[in-house]
Amino acid sequence: MIRIERLTYKVGPAAILHDVDLRLDAGGITALIGPNGAGKSSLLHCIAGLNRPAFGTVRIGDLDPFAAPGSLRARAVALLRQSPAVVSRLRVRELVAFGRWPHHRGRATPQDDAVVARALEIFTLEALADRPVETLSGGQRQRAFIAMTWAQDTPWMLLDEPLNALDPRHARDLMVRLHDLSRAGDRSVIIVLHDINAAAGWADRIVAMKDGRVAARDTTAALLTPETLGAVFDTPFEVLNTGGRPVVVAR
Amino acid sequence: MVERRLIGLGFGLLVVGSAFLFWSLRAPYGFILELRATKLVALVCVGAAVGAATVLFQTVAMNRLLTPGIVGFDALFILFQTLLVAALGGVGAAQIPGALRFVLETLVLMGAAAVLFGVVFRRGRGDVTRMILTGIILGVLLRGLAETVQRMLDPSEFAVVQQAMFASFGRVDPGQLGVAVLILSGALAIAFRLSPALDVAGLGRGTARGLGLDHDRIVWATLLLVAAMVSVSTALVGPVTFLGLLAASLARLVTDTHRHAVLIPAAALTGSVILVAGQFVFERLLSGQSALAVVVEFLGGLLFLFLALNKGRP
Repeated sequence: MIRIERLTYKVGPAAILHDVDLRLDAGGITALIGPNGAGKSSLLHCIAGLNRPAFGTVRIGDLDPFAAPGSLRARAVALLRQSPAVVSRLRVRELVAFGRWPHHRGRATPQDDAVVARALEIFTLEALADRPVETLSGGQRQRAFIAMTWAQDTPWMLLDEPLNALDPRHARDLMVRLHDLSRAGDRSVIIVLHDINAAAGWADRIVAMKDGRVAARDTTAALLTPETLGAVFDTPFEVLNTGGRPVVVAR
Repeated sequence: MVERRLIGLGFGLLVVGSAFLFWSLRAPYGFILELRATKLVALVCVGAAVGAATVLFQTVAMNRLLTPGIVGFDALFILFQTLLVAALGGVGAAQIPGALRFVLETLVLMGAAAVLFGVVFRRGRGDVTRMILTGIILGVLLRGLAETVQRMLDPSEFAVVQQAMFASFGRVDPGQLGVAVLILSGALAIAFRLSPALDVAGLGRGTARGLGLDHDRIVWATLLLVAAMVSVSTALVGPVTFLGLLAASLARLVTDTHRHAVLIPAAALTGSVILVAGQFVFERLLSGQSALAVVVEFLGGLLFLFLALNKGRP
């Protein structure tokens, strides 16, 4: 379980997150939704121990991500950031292998290589394994970085808008993968999504954020009401139902 | 595959090194060989120091265009030498034993560079254009400061400083060479040990920290190593701005890898080969000694323009 208490995060004088209290249960997919600038990415970076808050605490299980040594933290949470920098002459296999760094700190074992091979297989990157990352399309790059995050093999996977640049097929494939992974029991996924319907289709729980605060949190079915969504996004919504699955349409 | 290219570079250095030593060797053999060997060691040191320092610097700067020379590392070193002469007088400065003075200057440069460039990196993080501009302007500022102090010097004291200001591969102080070799091999060994961590740092600050790397510490350590290497090359032959760019870019081209365990030795070897081969051509074949610095800077400058127009992707 991740416990966040009274978390306030500031950039300069501006508070990005105000006094956030939140508990995130292990297992399943938790989606973070909310308008632009609501503080979703900042919250994810705080959980990953990369944004130091002005006040408040974060605990991942018993681990304090701001006090723990880097390698310990990086074996508890893996974060996929938005549009990470691409190094020239780096091949896909090498990029994915960096996910194993927190485990071996520079001395890869055959076991690490096996995890990398498995990551390439899961995210259908085998055909691209020896291509330089810079020659890939946006969506292929995104998949390579997701595979690296997976290879980090952490109980918590934090993904910041991983569906960006993915076509419908790969977006669906990724959500199916995440769904399966989070069902297998040893991984919990927290994912920032802009597409509310991706959250509607695949998330177990949704946390809606607005203006640096948690506006609502509930199971997916309970949260996706026209009233809640309307209040979070300041836009009228209609929630339809197709084959037992909610579909959200802006009116 | 990659390792084979590294061996190729090593073999290349062996060939140009032997040519440099034995081409048109005349009596007295012992005396001339000793002269040439001293010079060869100095050239290899300078090439290796500049090449390796540039690769390290480019990794922490996340930029393939900047070199320690362009942002003024060597100008900082010359500023210290000038200040030393200004403070102690030409005679006083000359009285400090060469080796001791070298070690002191290196330590001061390491400290100052870590503070100065540490701040620049911290502020300019994530904004490449701003960082290049800041770096280049910082280089100009440091050169300007050194010049200002030089103008205030006595003409005779100025003459002491002057010989440190221009790159010359013709004159090498053998007293400093031993210390230089020691400092350089230490710095190279540490850089080599850090190479897996440098690979991770090369992914960028955000990703590297996400993988649990103490990114700030690696940046400090790298800047210290770069400062040590730059003081070796600057003390031996004077400032060379673009040699590093030439060595690092060629090394990347030849090895086609991002791995520092390969890139650092490759750039060190490439830098050495360029200098030794260049000096061989100018000294033995054309007998026009001092032109090498000009030619290396000219080619390096052209490469800089080419890279700048191609968005820094060698």
